[in-house]
Amino acid sequence: MRFLLLFSRQGKLRLQKWFTALSDRDKKKIIRDVMQMVLVRPPKSCNFLQWRDLKIVYRRYASLYFCCGLEQGDNELITLELLHRYVELLDQYFGNVCELDIIFNFEKAYFILDEFIIGGEVQETSKASVAKSMEEADSLQETMEEYLNKPTY
Amino acid sequence: MPAPIRLRELIRTIRTARTQAEEREMIQKECAAIRSSFREEDNTYRCRNVAKLLYMHMLGYPAHFGQLECLKLIASQKFTDKRIGYLGAMLLLDERQDVHLLMTNCIKNDLNHSTQYVQGLALCTLGCMGSSEMCRDLAGEVEKLLKTSNSYLRKKAALCAVHVIRKVPELMEMFLPATKNLLSEKNHGVLHTSVVLLTEMCERSPDMLSHFRKLVPQLVRILKNLIMSGYSPEHDVSGISDPFLQVRILRLLRILGKGDDDSSEAMNDILAQVATNTETSKNVGNAILYETVLTIMDIKSESGLRVLAINILGRFLLNNDKNIRYVALTSLLKTVQTDHNAVQRHRSTIVDCLKDLDVSIKRRAMELSFALVNGNNIRGMMKELLYFLDSCDPDFKADCASGIFLAAEKYAPSKRWHIDTIMRVLTTAGSYVRDDSVPNLIQLITNSVEMHAYTVQRLYKALLDDISQQPLVQVASWCIGEYGDLLVSGQCEEEEPIQVSEDEVLDVLEGLLVSNLSTPVTRGYSLTAIMKLSTRFSSLNRIKKVVSIYGSSIDVELQQRAVEYNALFKKYDHMRPALLERMPIMEKTATNGPSETVQTNGETDSTILDTKHLPSISQPASQVGFLKHGFSIQTCAHFRSNPNPNIAVITIHATNSTEADMTEFVFQAAVPKTFQLQLLSPSSNVVPAFNQGSVTQVIRVLNPQKQQLRMRIKLTYTHKGSPVQDLAEVNNFPPQSWQ
Repeated sequence: MRFLLLFSRQGKLRLQKWFTALSDRDKKKIIRDVMQMVLVRPPKSCNFLQWRDLKIVYRRYASLYFCCGLEQGDNELITLELLHRYVELLDQYFGNVCELDIIFNFEKAYFILDEFIIGGEVQETSKASVAKSMEEADSLQETMEEYLNKPTY
Repeated sequence: MPAPIRLRELIRTIRTARTQAEEREMIQKECAAIRSSFREEDNTYRCRNVAKLLYMHMLGYPAHFGQLECLKLIASQKFTDKRIGYLGAMLLLDERQDVHLLMTNCIKNDLNHSTQYVQGLALCTLGCMGSSEMCRDLAGEVEKLLKTSNSYLRKKAALCAVHVIRKVPELMEMFLPATKNLLSEKNHGVLHTSVVLLTEMCERSPDMLSHFRKLVPQLVRILKNLIMSGYSPEHDVSGISDPFLQVRILRLLRILGKGDDDSSEAMNDILAQVATNTETSKNVGNAILYETVLTIMDIKSESGLRVLAINILGRFLLNNDKNIRYVALTSLLKTVQTDHNAVQRHRSTIVDCLKDLDVSIKRRAMELSFALVNGNNIRGMMKELLYFLDSCDPDFKADCASGIFLAAEKYAPSKRWHIDTIMRVLTTAGSYVRDDSVPNLIQLITNSVEMHAYTVQRLYKALLDDISQQPLVQVASWCIGEYGDLLVSGQCEEEEPIQVSEDEVLDVLEGLLVSNLSTPVTRGYSLTAIMKLSTRFSSLNRIKKVVSIYGSSIDVELQQRAVEYNALFKKYDHMRPALLERMPIMEKTATNGPSETVQTNGETDSTILDTKHLPSISQPASQVGFLKHGFSIQTCAHFRSNPNPNIAVITIHATNSTEADMTEFVFQAAVPKTFQLQLLSPSSNVVPAFNQGSVTQVIRVLNPQKQQLRMRIKLTYTHKGSPVQDLAEVNNFPPQSWQ
């Protein structure tokens, strides 16, 4: 996997994870191009498309598009499962997750992603394991004021 | 100074902005506050400020002034700080910034931290964005962690190692000892990341590949356990146990089994088991089947298994789920070269996919259809493809047109069909046809001598309908210039000849010159065409007039042409007939015309080059032959020993001087209608390499009308694993063979 993007139907970026070194300008261009391509797709289309030398896999969950760029050797169908697993992990953590959760807690979305994927590859296939790691790591956070479990920044 | 506002407070505020300008103002204000806070070296709120900065960065605003702050956060003792600091590093710092190297020491310390979650942060960051220098410095630490018994760290270390190897391949050796018992782990996370690590190493180094082949039995066992084990809630996805791990193992097996008989055999059973037992009602099952099919096709599997794989793909094609159909078409495209016949069986389903509503599917179906076209199905396939060309999106038309031209050139059953097909493409998608098609088509038309009258007539009629499609107009102008005499003399054999006068033809050509729709290139074509007609038509005065008018054209190219043609009329009139006479048959050059965009599976289509090969020059006396790169067929005609003077007995000897055998060799011949042909059995169907033997076959030709013997031959064989087809005409049989 080369990158993972989350963006809204209006084209607002909600999360970007890059697994190769690219300049800011390149990243912005890729985001623009991919968003444009994905947002015009009719609702019942195939979830895969070919773009440059990459396979783009995307799926829409409510108001958010989950989209990643794969290399030729990667399996598109299992990637759909991967995206679904990430959504399940977010759902498990936030409880009935919606776009607002991801907007206001974007750093958590990244932390969860980092427990699931490293360098573009899956590191943990057990949902329970990821949830436990997040819980324990959260508990290490030095709390500031009112919120005991969820520290505020 | 008051405490900086909280992150979520900021997010809420920014979201209330109604315009881009309002948002920008808020951001600038906040950035200023953050900057002064950074200047004051405030430790308490640094974390909060960097978090806010990261949010603004995601909105697209510059955040580089926070880079050093991220480093300070990473160096802090607080876990909260580290978490945000590492996140910031991954988002803001990459190997392009010199600053990033300052991270190395912090990461090193954190890799040895007492808390595994800190170690985890460090491993994750290194594994995501570590530069080559960082990887070199820290590889030793990663290697140490790869051997730990803590599975939480071990799995992260494995993926970190993958990244290190990607960045600094020379370091791969160093991780070899640690891989020793990776697969004995029970923890699925470690298993999965270990398989990824092994895959990476095998892909990069043939030595590693040979070394790890011995793991095949172990991998097969792990896969078997996953399939056979009962319900395991922790790793279950829709009733399948850890599909992610299954897919990765299958992929590693593919790499290990490729080109190796023993490994392939060892995995045969498990592949068959997965292929037949996997539940296909949900996407997850199909994902595993897909990977299995890819593996079966790549390794040295037995033919039964291969057929099973292709059939799975065939079933995929009929699946309701678009994604499955797309994936099936993609896979079939990869296998169409090696298992051509098996894929042909699914041709009608594939052609149906051309009518699918989904753009991605249509494209794949088009590419695959072109790969499946052969001499037997050309008429039917072309009908479908032309229909597709008519109705498809403009994005497809150029590729489709090119593909049709190529297929038509290779497999046209008759010249007339060929010309008709070209006409159809030019009239339906004329403006999307590639520029280089025009010279190719002109060459093709020139060489189809008996079709000139028919071609020019059809092109002329097309011009009367529509002059907007430039490639069509260019080819038409050229033909009218060449064969205008045939046009006005009404000589067409193939269809009802039209009645058209010289003036009408010149009207059309002059119309092209003045039309707004014509490009400068087209105008050049029509002017030259008009000029050529000066030796074919009698209305010389009219032509002279047109040519002289354009002598003062603003377009420099046209002007030059007109001036030179004028000179032809005035000073060099004696040379004019010779200069403007009919074009001779053009030799095909070795390079192909239209670029190969339809053969996307990466195989170079060697058969195109082969069919362009001309048969050899005639040899003296009774030896005639067919010659190609190291492959030769010599025919030896025995005539006198035969009681019936109307029968010529020809023996062919096929020899092969290349380094690989030609297997499944089949020689076929066709003769003109007045002849009858009998092919006796060949001596064998393998032409051994290095001229070690030959295949002989006897052909008896009955020639009652004593006409000149001509034969069209078709050779099919397999060479170095790929099927090859050659077509040639043999026309230089010695006169004794038929007199």
